[in-house]
Amino acid sequence: MFNRIKHFIDTFLLTELWKGMSVTGRYLFGRKFTIRYPEEKTPQSPRFRGLHAQRRYANGEERCIACKLCEAVCPALAITIESEQRDDGTRRTTRYDIDLTKCIFCGFCEEACPVDAIVETRIFEYHGEKKGDLYYTKDMLLAVGDKHEEQIARDKAADAKYR
Amino acid sequence: MPVITIDDKQVEIAAGATVMDAARDLGIYIPHFCYHEKLSISANCRMCLVEVEKAPKPLPACATPAADGMVVRTRSGKAITAQKGVMEFLLINHPLDCPICDQGGECMLQDIAVGYGGSASRYQEAKRVVKEKDLGPLVATDMTRCIHCSRCVRFGQEVAGIMELGMPGRGEHMEVMPFLERQVGSELSGNVIELCPVGALTSKPFRYAARSWELSRRRGISPHDGLGANMALHVKDNRVFRAVPLDNEAINECWLADRDRYAYQALGAEDRATRPMVRDADRWHEVDWQKALAQAAGALKVIRETHGAEAIGFLASPHQTVEELALMAQLARGLGCENIDHRLDQADCPPDVGAPWLGMAIADLDSLDRVLLVGATVRMEQPLIAQRLRQAVKRGAQLNVVHAADDDLLTRVANKIIVKPSALAAALAGIAKALQEAGKDVGSVSAALSGAVVTDAARAIAASLASGERKAVLLGGMARQHPARADLHRLAQAIALATGAHFGFLVDSANAVGASVVGCTPGAAGLGAAAMVAQPRKAYVLLGIEPYLDSYDPMVLRKAMESAELVIALTAFKGAAPNYAHVILPVAAFAETEGAYVNMEGRLQTFKAAVKPLGEARPGWKVLRVLGNLLGLSDFDYTGVEDVRAAALPADEAGLRARLDNTAPQGEPSIAASSAGLERLGETPIYQADSLVRRAPALQATPLSEHAKVCWAHGALIRKLGLQEGKPVKIRQDAGESIMKLGRDDRLAEDAVRIAGAHALTSKLGSRYGAVQLEKM
Repeated sequence: MFNRIKHFIDTFLLTELWKGMSVTGRYLFGRKFTIRYPEEKTPQSPRFRGLHAQRRYANGEERCIACKLCEAVCPALAITIESEQRDDGTRRTTRYDIDLTKCIFCGFCEEACPVDAIVETRIFEYHGEKKGDLYYTKDMLLAVGDKHEEQIARDKAADAKYR
Repeated sequence: MPVITIDDKQVEIAAGATVMDAARDLGIYIPHFCYHEKLSISANCRMCLVEVEKAPKPLPACATPAADGMVVRTRSGKAITAQKGVMEFLLINHPLDCPICDQGGECMLQDIAVGYGGSASRYQEAKRVVKEKDLGPLVATDMTRCIHCSRCVRFGQEVAGIMELGMPGRGEHMEVMPFLERQVGSELSGNVIELCPVGALTSKPFRYAARSWELSRRRGISPHDGLGANMALHVKDNRVFRAVPLDNEAINECWLADRDRYAYQALGAEDRATRPMVRDADRWHEVDWQKALAQAAGALKVIRETHGAEAIGFLASPHQTVEELALMAQLARGLGCENIDHRLDQADCPPDVGAPWLGMAIADLDSLDRVLLVGATVRMEQPLIAQRLRQAVKRGAQLNVVHAADDDLLTRVANKIIVKPSALAAALAGIAKALQEAGKDVGSVSAALSGAVVTDAARAIAASLASGERKAVLLGGMARQHPARADLHRLAQAIALATGAHFGFLVDSANAVGASVVGCTPGAAGLGAAAMVAQPRKAYVLLGIEPYLDSYDPMVLRKAMESAELVIALTAFKGAAPNYAHVILPVAAFAETEGAYVNMEGRLQTFKAAVKPLGEARPGWKVLRVLGNLLGLSDFDYTGVEDVRAAALPADEAGLRARLDNTAPQGEPSIAASSAGLERLGETPIYQADSLVRRAPALQATPLSEHAKVCWAHGALIRKLGLQEGKPVKIRQDAGESIMKLGRDDRLAEDAVRIAGAHALTSKLGSRYGAVQLEKM
């Protein structure tokens, strides 16, 4: 009985409508989520998985030791590695290619890497204009790493305590 | 029989069996590192500790004799604690560098650490570091990874017969090392790679090239010696990355000679023939297959019409497959030509009675009591047969040797006669006569023995062969190549018959038996390889042959090749072919073609192609089939390699065996006194045996390859001729001459000079066992 009376009154006073409009109103006058991309960007986690990069040590030596664990773990078979013994006796890649059109950005390669050589950066705005532009070779990946090393190192440091 | 209980399962065991053997019979796996079925028990890794009821402490399963009523638990709390403890100790000094270790992914330590070790390490202190060792071009080392299982050391002592690696020092200072910083030079050294349970010993040519999980494994048969060792070819991206042994107790057990293991390197050789080529005047043109085949067939037809079919000579390599050799024989006979042979390295090529073979099963070699090796450089020709003979001697066999060089067989030789090559027949006659004097019947050779001289050594060998149960007289590669092959054959056969021994040939090429079985030998009206070269033909068809290296007498052969109007070379490697050939047809090399080999015990082993042929090369049987079609020959409509095989070989094993026959040619042996003067001992060196090993860089960098580059002479001879050891010496033979470094080897017969055959340095010299002169430079 009580419910029926409440419903009768709510219907006449448009309570449901005001409730709904109050949500609209809160968002109308509240802080805006919409950003003006590309002038504005969303914040990113240090664990963001974007374009891949190959890192170097501070002395300029490439980190990758051609263990091929990333190649083995890659679920999309996007990574191709060939390796050999370099003249100084170390194990190095002669080819390290990532086909970004195959890559699903799962981050397993980064997880598998024992020397933090292959990482996924915060970069997501890359593109290709021709077929094959998104086939990244070792030199291209190293160049990405060289350019963004500071950011990568900061992100790795931020994430380190959770690993 | 005693019964033992392991993990609540009961099994009957043989006397002398260990707990490890019993567990294997039950299919229970006990983790282990140092234990290996083929090696002695050392029980030093302690990984196989198990709980034995009523024993106060865990016992090593590999070294504990199984006794009746014993109750063993492999997964009890006590056993697991012991295994975990051992694993923790093993990992104390083992570096955690799995990502850069070639063994990663196929490592016993990795697997057992996951299965039986703890999840984390408690060890915080510094790890041990061991200085690198240089073991030569075949085996790479990372001795820091060594867990001191001593398998490699025991392999050297017990199987390879030479203790090249040892373990000096104690405790943490113990290291596996080659003595005196020497490189490992054994012909079986590559086996330590499989034996090593960790990444301390790995393959040098394969180093860092690929990971074990990327490679697909294809079955293969070794294309080198007559053994037909079973192996797995590891392939990725249409390239062979390495070869590893496959277990076959009847043939290679679990071993592989270095030659079988590393010859795959030749598949990427620079001089691979990849496109058909024809010569136009003095210029070479790459053409398509159709044009090359049409030109080859057309030119062959012209020769046959103008000079007759007997003006053509067909020479094939005994390393080619059964199918290729069968089609070659069919092609020759289809053209009406009987001049076909696979024995280019032989001085005397009589028509075969049957295919010469081992005369017994390979596996039975280990259980022989008495052996006579005649003209066999067995360690270099069949490294794994030498290994089997070593095991036989260990079981008490007496090994007798008649040869021109007293090479170290790395085992005990009971009696030996070392004479220069031309005196071999006389030496055998001496043994036969000694047997005759002892009352044995030597059969048809008895008349020829009147002039034979019986030395003490001959008498000792005769006595040795007269005793014992299981015996064998085996002729080696030198006896086969020798100009007096027929005499050696007759005498050895007589000795074998007189003593009731097996009689056979240590076949030194992959498919020589198969070649004889499918008729790749001259018919009654045909010429053998030696005659084909001595009486030059107008045209030659060569299959897989490098004539300047493979021939018995390169000087004679050179003339024949240069005077020929047409030479068609079906080959995987160009080599010197552009100098003498007119048409080069690139055929697929080993691992690129399917087919079959018949090994020295008459076993047919088939194999599939592991990779695609390089470039435009095509499998040899296809090329020969099309050539047959173009020549308009009948019965050349094969659609598969199985068709060719079915047509060429008897339907069953019994039929194949019926074609094996070691009977010597009719006639009396002549044991004429050997000529005075120096004689050459020109065997095929181990790493020059076929066109593959000649192109394997790792094998060519070994000490054994260096050995073949030196002219070896007895110290007394060097003094007598006033020569100097280590200095270059001029070698004259017939009209040819060559300069080589002179080395001293007092194991040679005094009048014999060892100058390798089948070698680029000696391809300007004459016959392999002919007279030779050494001159001071």
